[in-house]
Amino acid sequence: MGRESTSSWPLIDRIGLGLAWAAGLLLCLVASAIVIYMLVRGVQFLRPGLLFSHPQPELDQTKSGGFLDPLLGTFILTVLGTTLAILPGVSIAVWLSEYARPFWLARAVESGVEVVAGTPSIVLAIFGLIIFSQHLFAPFSFTAEGGAVFGRSFFAAGAMMALIALPLIVGATREALQAIPRHVREASYALGKTKAATIRRVLLPTARPGIATGTALGMGRIAGDTAIVVILLGASLQLSSQGSGPILSTLRGTGSTLTSYVYNNSPAGEGNAPEKAYAAAFVLLLIVITLNFAVDLISRRRSAPAWNT
Amino acid sequence: MEHLIPPIRRIVVDAEPTVVVPPEGAPAHDGGNGIALDRLPAAPRRRFRRDDAPGRERMRIEDLSIKYGGRPAVTNVTLPVRQGEVLGLIGPSGCGKTTLLRSLNRLVELTPTATRTGRITIDGEDIDAVEVTRLRRRVSMVFQQPNPFPMSIFDNVAYALREQGSRKPKRHDLEPAVIDALERAGLHAEVQATLSHPALRLSGGQQQRLCIARALAARPEVLLLDEPCSALDPRSTEKIEQLIMRLRDEVAVVIVTHNLQQAHRVADRVGFMYLGELVEYGSVDQIFAAPQEQRTRDYVSGAFG
Repeated sequence: MGRESTSSWPLIDRIGLGLAWAAGLLLCLVASAIVIYMLVRGVQFLRPGLLFSHPQPELDQTKSGGFLDPLLGTFILTVLGTTLAILPGVSIAVWLSEYARPFWLARAVESGVEVVAGTPSIVLAIFGLIIFSQHLFAPFSFTAEGGAVFGRSFFAAGAMMALIALPLIVGATREALQAIPRHVREASYALGKTKAATIRRVLLPTARPGIATGTALGMGRIAGDTAIVVILLGASLQLSSQGSGPILSTLRGTGSTLTSYVYNNSPAGEGNAPEKAYAAAFVLLLIVITLNFAVDLISRRRSAPAWNT
Repeated sequence: MEHLIPPIRRIVVDAEPTVVVPPEGAPAHDGGNGIALDRLPAAPRRRFRRDDAPGRERMRIEDLSIKYGGRPAVTNVTLPVRQGEVLGLIGPSGCGKTTLLRSLNRLVELTPTATRTGRITIDGEDIDAVEVTRLRRRVSMVFQQPNPFPMSIFDNVAYALREQGSRKPKRHDLEPAVIDALERAGLHAEVQATLSHPALRLSGGQQQRLCIARALAARPEVLLLDEPCSALDPRSTEKIEQLIMRLRDEVAVVIVTHNLQQAHRVADRVGFMYLGELVEYGSVDQIFAAPQEQRTRDYVSGAFG
């Protein structure tokens, strides 16, 4: 069996093949250009001290501190957003995969998930600001002196970030559930188990790698989003707590993330500290790439429970 | 090796059984690869018993018809399911034998378009009157594809035993029942050191015996087998066939099979189904050696199917 020679192909097919190769190589080039450029800049400007010092509102770059707060903000927001998204995301996926009746409602839920997935995050951010500025939601941020609800806090941003992660979790979980053959469900029913017990004891444990994949993908999206942070998190330089209590006050308060820090320190933002923007961007890139590798690892291990269909 | 794999041949009148079973007391043959047929005391052939007085009736199918949408799958079937004997259902693909089997534990109800008329009773009680999860504990089922759950061997067998309520039985409470079920399925010696290992790492034949152990754990009265060996190699098939013959005394066994030789080897009574109808029902010797119906004669002699 020799390889098929392309010399006998029509010209159009040979051009197509050439374009496919070129496109693939170009993408590799772009990706490595980004990583290498950021790596060089990161190594050039990243100092360990930057990771552990608070940012300061100083014009003098030697005094303006590091990006501890944005780094913490990224972690808090990512964890909060995915935590809020997992339960509804998995529930929606289970309902779509295992119930999905009546049919029109299933279609409506599917379209709803697609709409949320397709909404630009800046739209979600503005929408969230309107919602969380209502008096009903005052406990989630704080009320200014005039009685206006501020509407910007980790809670508000986390809730909208959950909407960013939700479609990814729904999609990955649903796919994992639908990969389970029907006879496995029937085997559970045939042992006298209810549908609920089957979902809880067999289907969800089997779909766990899928849920993990969706969650990691969602984390990557949350860590990389800027619009919601600028509008709904306040993008304040430091974490500023509201009220008392150790955790709740932070969540009710404002802060920033690495994305908004990069934006603000870049020439496009107010600050003009490109060195720090490069360093922060490099750290952000590392976080997101790590999450993507985690996804790869999880989905590779996923092939373990394989039944014949 | 030759003595393990039955020769493929036409089933002839009064053929000798093709499964070679070591006589009582003789060491189980291991086929040369060191896997002993552990804990399987030779199942007695008991061919002489096959025409004897029938065993205790556990289930009865009366005038059962099942339709998918408007399409009939099973038409006016009446059949007894007895303890102490293996009921084999044979027939060509799409003849309704699996549908009939799935109606016994009401699994057929999972198909939204299925409608059923007629009556099925278990120990005299209509199965519609039995709560469905309880019925399925009494009438357990093993599927065509080995389908252990992605959990440990122990947890697979304990699965049916764990109650659905809030009270969780401890592992050591379940252990005797789990070990007992594994022993009855002839799997215990092979897995006793690896009970906490994932069940999906077992071989196909072991997985299927694990599924049988899982089905036996709740001590069912009836065991339904839907072509349990069709995905297995001959050696695993032989082990499972011996197991089936050994189990018939404690549970009523119903086996659906495409494989006529298998029906001949393991069944005591055989129902031949064709296009949804039960064409003929009788002892294995009658169906294979002296069928009353022309269609049965054609089918068992290999004229069609």
